[in-house]
Amino acid sequence: MSDPAPDQARAAWQEAYDATKLRDVPFETMSGVPVDPLYGEGPYPGQYPYTRGLHAAGYRSRLWTMRMFAGFGTAEDTNARFKELLRAGGGGLSTAFDMPTLMGRDSDHEWALGEVGHCGVAVDTLADMEDLFADIDLSSVSTSMTINGPAAMIMAMYIAVGENTGVDRAQLAGTIQNDILKEYQAQKEYIFPPRPSMRIITDMMKFTSAEMPKWHPISISGYHIREAGSNAAQELAFTLANGFAYVEAAVAAGLDVDDFAPRLSFFFNSHSDFFEEIGKFRAARRIWARWMKERYGAKDPKSMMMKFHTQTAGVSLTAQQAEINIGRVAIQALAGALGGTQSLHTDAYDEAMALPTENAARIALRTQQIVAHETGVTNVVDPLGGAPFVEWMTDEMERRAEEVFAHLLDIGNDSILEGAYAGIENGYFVGEIADAAYRFEREVNEGKRIIVGVNEFTEGDDGERNLLRIGAEVEDYQLKRLNDVKQRRDSAAVTRVLERLKTEAADPEINLMPTMIEAVKTFATEGEIVGALEEEFGTYVEKVFL
Amino acid sequence: MSLRGLTPADIFERALAGERRALGRLITFVERDAAEAEVVAEMAHTRAGNAHVIGITGSPGSGKSTLTGQLVKLLGEAGKRAAVLAVDPSSPLTGGAILGDRVRMEDVASPDTFIRSMATRGHQGGLSLAVPGVVRLLDATGYDPIVIETVGVGQVEVDIAGTADTTVVVATPGMGDSVQANKAGLLELADLFVVNKADRPGATDVRRDLDLMLDLSHVSGHDQHTGMRPEIVMTTALSGEGAPEMWDAIERHHAAIIDNGQLAARRINRDVTEVRNRLMAELESRVDDMLTRNSLTGVTEILDAVAERSLSPTAAATQLAARIKDL
Amino acid sequence: MADEASPEPQQLRVVLAKLGFDGHDRGIKIVARILRDAGMEVIYLGIRQSYKNVVNAVEQEDADAIGLSMHNASHMTLAPKMVDALAAAGLEVPVVVGGIVPDEDIEPLLEKGVAAILGPGASAEEVAQTIRDAVAAVRAEAPKA
Repeated sequence: MSDPAPDQARAAWQEAYDATKLRDVPFETMSGVPVDPLYGEGPYPGQYPYTRGLHAAGYRSRLWTMRMFAGFGTAEDTNARFKELLRAGGGGLSTAFDMPTLMGRDSDHEWALGEVGHCGVAVDTLADMEDLFADIDLSSVSTSMTINGPAAMIMAMYIAVGENTGVDRAQLAGTIQNDILKEYQAQKEYIFPPRPSMRIITDMMKFTSAEMPKWHPISISGYHIREAGSNAAQELAFTLANGFAYVEAAVAAGLDVDDFAPRLSFFFNSHSDFFEEIGKFRAARRIWARWMKERYGAKDPKSMMMKFHTQTAGVSLTAQQAEINIGRVAIQALAGALGGTQSLHTDAYDEAMALPTENAARIALRTQQIVAHETGVTNVVDPLGGAPFVEWMTDEMERRAEEVFAHLLDIGNDSILEGAYAGIENGYFVGEIADAAYRFEREVNEGKRIIVGVNEFTEGDDGERNLLRIGAEVEDYQLKRLNDVKQRRDSAAVTRVLERLKTEAADPEINLMPTMIEAVKTFATEGEIVGALEEEFGTYVEKVFL
Repeated sequence: MSLRGLTPADIFERALAGERRALGRLITFVERDAAEAEVVAEMAHTRAGNAHVIGITGSPGSGKSTLTGQLVKLLGEAGKRAAVLAVDPSSPLTGGAILGDRVRMEDVASPDTFIRSMATRGHQGGLSLAVPGVVRLLDATGYDPIVIETVGVGQVEVDIAGTADTTVVVATPGMGDSVQANKAGLLELADLFVVNKADRPGATDVRRDLDLMLDLSHVSGHDQHTGMRPEIVMTTALSGEGAPEMWDAIERHHAAIIDNGQLAARRINRDVTEVRNRLMAELESRVDDMLTRNSLTGVTEILDAVAERSLSPTAAATQLAARIKDL
Repeated sequence: MADEASPEPQQLRVVLAKLGFDGHDRGIKIVARILRDAGMEVIYLGIRQSYKNVVNAVEQEDADAIGLSMHNASHMTLAPKMVDALAAAGLEVPVVVGGIVPDEDIEPLLEKGVAAILGPGASAEEVAQTIRDAVAAVRAEAPKA
């Protein structure tokens, strides 16, 4: 006698599917063969544990968001680009910041020379944020901000711009990356030591839970961990572990898991080993759902549904015979689509050594459009689900991740958060990543692992390299702007609010966000605010583990 | 301004005048036992003997380098002109090493702290010869105290920490350290125990285990040569908690051994040990010559006989030992 | 190293650092292992180093060479400044730059006193040999007045 439950699950899936508004396109192959939305048995998409996807109809109802990450120059330049994108019909703005801003330093910092406005927009004060979003109605856009160490300051500035233009913070929609744990593990854009940084993040989580329901306060990222040299299983494991750590921190800070978990999102890498990546994405959804439900007691399905953005692997791009990167990116984008990503950024082929040219950036966008509209993979939800190899790979990725979780629980006395701190302190994460990077390098060096165009099939390398340069005018402009703002502001007010911020920082019970917002409104610079907090929290210097 | 073309004596004068690059070069001479090393050693010897030498050792992961950093920070704040010799293991396969202690220490140290990283290999005669020479140089150029930080894994590294005036052994909870301490002979060596990561569970257990072992060793008369029971200090190196207490304990030990004459005795012992080590290194080198480079007649025949099994190794060694006077 | 009478060193001592804000340390960590495997002693300073830190390290550690890793397109500003800082401190130590350096910047950098440049595709052997060659070249130079 067969188990009635699978039939119920199938029926539930069918019901959800039937209730979904679908895109108005024929769900047929290129030859006109109609295809079903789903093949195979459970688990069903849209049902716990979401291995096959978050929604019953998958891409039949909505394609992934084609979010192209961009940013350069002055706030004014970027503002112009934003307006163009909005006119072209986009509703999502993605902001990249320059190196000094990412590191919490002002454009006049000793190390800022040569970096201002280069890999993103320079933001020193609220004045720059105002320029960045000038004449844009913040209540009608969704903004993504890729910044970590000084995330609280930047978010405070965005809120202030909203308030100054009559948009209540409750209407602000967007994401801020704000994933500090991976900074200690991989990207190294940290400022303060781990625990004070975590306090700031929990303050932001509490603040957004209470006052900004449309805001995603953390984008838990594996992309950078992979770029730093980890393998796929490590990317999966460390990212999810970081996610669990944030959950534990928020709960310890008094939040109910369902209050904030629905607004957490993730960010993965899509690399070249096709089936490994697909297995990784599917395992990620399954692990998150299970842990959220079983370990962290989530009741709201949205807390268990892992949404993620994907970016194709920057580290896989070669400078040699750069055009072949288009092929790499296409395959990586396809893996992302077959893995069920919610949004996707495809790298430009000429990005290996410099910022992409406009032409290359367009080709990258076209590449994902080809995947979305010409390949037919979007007609079926989780089309590879049920394939023996894919299911095995999914299981294997999960198994390896569980080993890492077990280790973290071990060194963290049954807490993933404490395990994360311990792993940062004793070099576990950076050691694993460095080992994996070194192993890979040796394999390539010895010719055991072939990278086309690099250690094999090198004919055709004409030595041409992309060299997009940014001029020095941006820096000059920004320095002048910074100086102007400092001249015109009320310095006494700045000093007062920074003193207050320092005092509040010393008391873990006080949420720093309100004073942070006040501070940015006095036109205190990002560097000054960071500096004030550093006096209380200290500056993190990492220990060498090699 | 280059050091090129200068005699060792010139470079020594520059080092005395405070030029750190000159001191760095002198240390290299000593480390590599270069031709200049003997000249340098003599010059250093006449001026040395003032600095308080502190050895800090512990297993990897005990947090000893963070602790050393905290100590160095305190020394800087107290206006001391301190030097740190950070000894890190070399790869047994390639002889190379990655020396990474410097950066975190430099972050907290005062600007005039001298920090030198030393790998365990690549020293003529070994680490046990190189370190005393380097310490003497640092002493001669006015650094006081001198902190030697070693990983307490190899016997040599442990011994080196033991040549200090005050030897600090760092233990941590959860690493079976108290057992390790006993094994490596660290118990006899330690003048002070530090239990680091005192905020972790098990820290008080480590303290209790150390206390017990110290009790036993007192009962067995093991510690007669020091006459003093080592203190145990609890620290949390990451936050700096306990570091001032550690420094106080080190100072107390220093004062005590000056008072009871032990400091002088230790230094004599250290110098005599250095003579012995040098002699042994020299002897070893000559024995190697004898065995591998036919520097003496008749040796080849004896070794061939051993190879043919017509002569036992024991008999061969007895015969060759008689030739030692010829070496 | 000193004068001709000095014996050849057993191990080269190399300072590895990344100046300023750039935090991409995957490459420099790999180079550290490569050099260690080649028998050298690596004084690993890592990320966020200042010119002063590097100069201090070279002085106190009596380093034979410096390896700077650069990924931020700021090599044209940072590398020459490092060369100048070393010269100002009277240190004759070769600076080898590794990372992302466009071909057209190589000559200008060499002219500004950088000893050698290693591209991202350099093999382990090339990396180690480049360091050895850079050190030998400095030793062979006639002493400065």
